[in-house]
Amino acid sequence: MDSLLPPADRGGPAQPLLLATGLRKHFPVPGGLLGRSGKVVRAVDDLSLSVAKGETLGVVGESGCGKSTVARLLIRLITPDRGTMVLDGDPVDEPHGITVNELRRQVQMVFQDSYASLNPRLTIAETLAFAPKAHGLPASEARDRVRDLLDKVGLDPANYAERYPHELSGGQRQRVNIARALALRPRLIILDEAVSALDKSVGAQVLNMLVDLKTELGLTYIFISHDLNIVQYLSDRVLVMYLGKIVELGSVEAIYGNPQHPYTRALLSARPSMDPRKRTKEAPIQGDPPNPIDPPSGCRFRTRCPFAEDVCARLEPPLADTGAQAVACHMRVAGSGHSKAATP
Amino acid sequence: MSDLLQVRDLHVKFVTPDRKVNAVNGVSFDVKRGETLGILGESGSGKSVTLRSILRLHPEHRTRWGGSIKLEGDEILTMGKSALSDLRGHRVAMIFQEPATAFDPVFTVGRQIAETVRRHTGKGDADSWKRALELLEMVRIPSPALRLKAYPHEMSGGMRQRAMIALALSCNPALLLADEPTTALDATVQIQVLLLIRELQREFNVGVIFVTHDIGVAVEVSDRVGVMYGGKIVELAPVEQMVDAPRHPYSRGLLASTVHDGMRGQRLEAIPGAPPDLAEVPTGCSFAPRCKFVQPSCVARPPDLREVGGGHLVRCVLADAVETGVAA
Repeated sequence: MDSLLPPADRGGPAQPLLLATGLRKHFPVPGGLLGRSGKVVRAVDDLSLSVAKGETLGVVGESGCGKSTVARLLIRLITPDRGTMVLDGDPVDEPHGITVNELRRQVQMVFQDSYASLNPRLTIAETLAFAPKAHGLPASEARDRVRDLLDKVGLDPANYAERYPHELSGGQRQRVNIARALALRPRLIILDEAVSALDKSVGAQVLNMLVDLKTELGLTYIFISHDLNIVQYLSDRVLVMYLGKIVELGSVEAIYGNPQHPYTRALLSARPSMDPRKRTKEAPIQGDPPNPIDPPSGCRFRTRCPFAEDVCARLEPPLADTGAQAVACHMRVAGSGHSKAATP
Repeated sequence: MSDLLQVRDLHVKFVTPDRKVNAVNGVSFDVKRGETLGILGESGSGKSVTLRSILRLHPEHRTRWGGSIKLEGDEILTMGKSALSDLRGHRVAMIFQEPATAFDPVFTVGRQIAETVRRHTGKGDADSWKRALELLEMVRIPSPALRLKAYPHEMSGGMRQRAMIALALSCNPALLLADEPTTALDATVQIQVLLLIRELQREFNVGVIFVTHDIGVAVEVSDRVGVMYGGKIVELAPVEQMVDAPRHPYSRGLLASTVHDGMRGQRLEAIPGAPPDLAEVPTGCSFAPRCKFVQPSCVARPPDLREVGGGHLVRCVLADAVETGVAA
């Protein structure tokens, strides 16, 4: 009935759906003599992560921490300087592995700006049919698929298929973007601030829909957001980034219930209080995040960390497993030289 | 009369050859000295348009105003040019969402603050610069003497917003208007700026109107909160009452659809549908098409803003009954 079948699960449920090892991306800074300033933005530095089948991995961090660069690397919108990726056992862009095109069939992305991510000259139906047709789906089947996709995201096909993006509201456009991401029946969807631009009442509709689609289609999500509350609501595991590095990674219960890294703690207590009788008395940390062009030596958080000591400037803390979560902080490494660290 | 600002039945309509928008449709509120009024609303609710009307920042030739805005008794909507330029920046100051675009990129931050001081207070050059330095110290910008000579692009987002606050407070305004001033900032920086605004407000005893779409932010800074929808205030209450016992179905929906701690696994109570198109003046309650308690009387005529006790105002025909209605 359908010539574009969803890709099959290959390695079984225990094999990670996506495994990225040692990803690095440095962007050269323009300027200087002949446009070569020699400076680089260290957007992502030796970052490794794995995404299990069927989970939602939340990624949080402030602007400039590299969370969007991670998304773009994982879908190969930009090529990493270094690092490897494995999708369900298949190395990506390597001999004997799968091609980048095949990766993009199985991994799709939804962006923050719902308007900029749609072609204004194509109707919604044309947009949704574009990828399936490019992958060889006959026109008649593509039409059925468009109807099916619009149904799935709660837009009446009869009413919306022939409209143009500017005729839709922000929430409706974001539904179309989600439908387009589903068009090739992907296994993993990367949601990069996908509800951040929407009003709360509309964003809640889209969040409910994302939860439903995940169950219905057996999807895996990477959910990138600066909104800690939404990440807590959706995610199974959470990854906290600071200046291109992972500072903490663990289950949502561990990260929100028992955060170990001083930055994670600061980030969580910087959330505005929802109770007027328990207003925030003091900001957890001072200053702005430093510029990623020249990140601090050693631990990148040390310039804002209330517990920073000599060792933090000298040595970069490894991402060490502490049981419930992995933390990159010298205070959690026995014998690191930090006065608060356990003795080995 | 203790009211600093009195807004009465404000209407704002934008008219262009091909379109008209009834952005604000009858808004009334007061602000006292030393008080912070939070205005909460989603995009298109008219919250920013209301705020900007207080400084008459909308283009004159295509804006139609109705009603009245009085600052310490002076009518702003009919104010002459010179009174208006004395008002702007001196009696009423404003901080914007994007300090990067609110500052002039070709002058240093110090020069822009000093110029404002000179213009409104008639101080000399040296005194104005001295005042600018004091202001940067007051908003706790590190190495302020150095930062006076910095251009806006040389500062980080949080520092620029602090400088914007310094500029706004440079002439001791009676009223400070804040239009989503922390929305573009990172979480750890946002809370610093919110605390700074709260502290300076007490120190200067200035009235503040703080417009935001973020309930958490409104709760952190406001004494009273007004919720706007479709160009009207649908509910206005002291912040504790607004959070504990919102009465209007829209305020309730907004609070319920805001994700916060402990909602994991629960289904979000989303409000169906989308905000109204404001091309026509709404004939009934603008929230009626999305409201689950809608009644024939809701569409017949717009409901009035009624007091339900303790300074709590609600614009809903079910204002007294809605509590039991939702609990059922």
